[in-house]
Amino acid sequence: MSIIRVTDLVKRYNGLAAVDSISFTVNEGESFGFLGPNGAGKTTTINILCTLLSQTSGKAEVNGFDCLKQPPQVRSSIGLVFQDITLDNELTAYENLKFHCYLYNMEKAKAEERIEAILHVVGLYDRKDDLVRKFSGGMKRRLEIARGLLHHPKVLFLDEPTLGLDPQTRAHVWEFINNWRKKEGITVFLTTHYMDEAEVCDRIAIIDHGKIITCGTPEELKKMIKGDTIYLKTEDDKAAGTEIEKNFGIKTIKLHDSICFNVEAGDKFIPKIFDGLKTAVFSVNLKKPTLDDVFMHLTGREIREDNNSSRGGETLRLRRKKG
Amino acid sequence: MFSYKAIYVIVSREFKRFFRQRGRLIVTFARPILWLFVVGAGFTRLVNIPAGMNYKQFLLPGIIGMTILFSSIFSSISVVWDREFGFLREMLVAPISRTTIVMGKLLSGAALSVLQGAALLIFSPLLGLKMNLVEFLAMLFFMTLLSVAITALGLFIAAFLTSLEGFNVIMNFIVLPMFFLSGALYPMNVLPPALHYFTLINPLSYGIDAFKHVLFKNNTAFGAEFPLFLDIGLLALFSVGMTILAARFFERKG
Repeated sequence: MSIIRVTDLVKRYNGLAAVDSISFTVNEGESFGFLGPNGAGKTTTINILCTLLSQTSGKAEVNGFDCLKQPPQVRSSIGLVFQDITLDNELTAYENLKFHCYLYNMEKAKAEERIEAILHVVGLYDRKDDLVRKFSGGMKRRLEIARGLLHHPKVLFLDEPTLGLDPQTRAHVWEFINNWRKKEGITVFLTTHYMDEAEVCDRIAIIDHGKIITCGTPEELKKMIKGDTIYLKTEDDKAAGTEIEKNFGIKTIKLHDSICFNVEAGDKFIPKIFDGLKTAVFSVNLKKPTLDDVFMHLTGREIREDNNSSRGGETLRLRRKKG
Repeated sequence: MFSYKAIYVIVSREFKRFFRQRGRLIVTFARPILWLFVVGAGFTRLVNIPAGMNYKQFLLPGIIGMTILFSSIFSSISVVWDREFGFLREMLVAPISRTTIVMGKLLSGAALSVLQGAALLIFSPLLGLKMNLVEFLAMLFFMTLLSVAITALGLFIAAFLTSLEGFNVIMNFIVLPMFFLSGALYPMNVLPPALHYFTLINPLSYGIDAFKHVLFKNNTAFGAEFPLFLDIGLLALFSVGMTILAARFFERKG
């Protein structure tokens, strides 16, 4: 059963399409990644699905409710973690969670029980009476995700959930999200421009310039790139290159201190290299296709090109907001 | 969906924040004391009020009005603060109506203002202005009216402010003129006609005037300038109107 259904969704700002007629469905219980560079339309889509923004045309449904016509029902069905921290720094962790429960009209006793349980899971129970102001970025993130789950949502939306976190904290946050997802069977919808984050999703849609350019499981997407890439460092790159072309009929590309070529089932090809080459080989490197390669293959650009600079900018912005 | 639980939790958040911000607490009580006992002391020597009262006494209703004005505006501007720091989104995506948020902010802002205004009444016996219980309750009622009116006005303004930069403009072009053109520091009728008109469209004027009805009951020259029913009626009307406007614009702009 699909829990999110988007059909021909369009959002224009002053005639400019931020989201340009996209359609997709997300199945109940799966984790669905929205992958794309900044400004591709990820946040706009999330905002429409969360009823914070109304679309120009098309239809968006969450949990069977229309996002435009039934906002209260949609809002009760979803949990949200925004790009920026949206906790109250002047309240304690516990008070932030209690505030949330009451906004979602939970009964006092049930709310207290749930808060306590969830604080244990995110490992913040000992700090529950500390002001959020004193928390680190990772702790705040964990608390926000905990908050998003308090009211038993059907879908958890995560908009760049690990932006500005160090790798260790990111891994920790992910471990927690995935455990919880399995435990309560909720659907996770996340946007990201980190490849490794998208990699762990059940399905991914790649979005660029407001359009979904492809959608599928990470394996399916990676199959679009034919084979693996093998990098060779040899005694004489030029000679090795000619040999490979002659013996295996594969074209090689000369890099500055190595050669590389594409081949299907690269792991099985490596042993053949040693049989078929007279030139001495110093090192062999096999690279499996990544989502980066998929994005590059489909758009002719690297996803990171747009991101490195802006990621820094966003971290700065986050820091300013925290201060 | 209109949720009393949500209103309760929004109000309780504002109270917690208020009592935790020591700076704000200190300013809240230091500012009126400065006005009453420093500015008041200076002007008492300069200003000759014949009718058996001094300038410090004259200042009390105005300073109560000022405290309510600043506190109410500050409370309602917290919406902009919440927006700037992202917390507003936590409320906007919850399954509650925007009107619920506005009502929560209105109640908490007004209640905090009344609290601060009422605290200043301890100076009234010190300044030789005696009150009986009925008069005290009347003061509380008028403070509530004025607090709701100004907080609703603040929320209406806050619906249009998208960043905190606008706050300075509001302070200098709305809040301070409201204070100066309200009869807080001098009777409204001493102002030149052009300025006198401004006092008539200023809700603070009617609030302070109502306070004067209670505190300066026997004084005709420096006491209240409008009939009491006009003060109450206009403030009530203004409160209702502004609340509706604030809720409506909030609903649209979020």
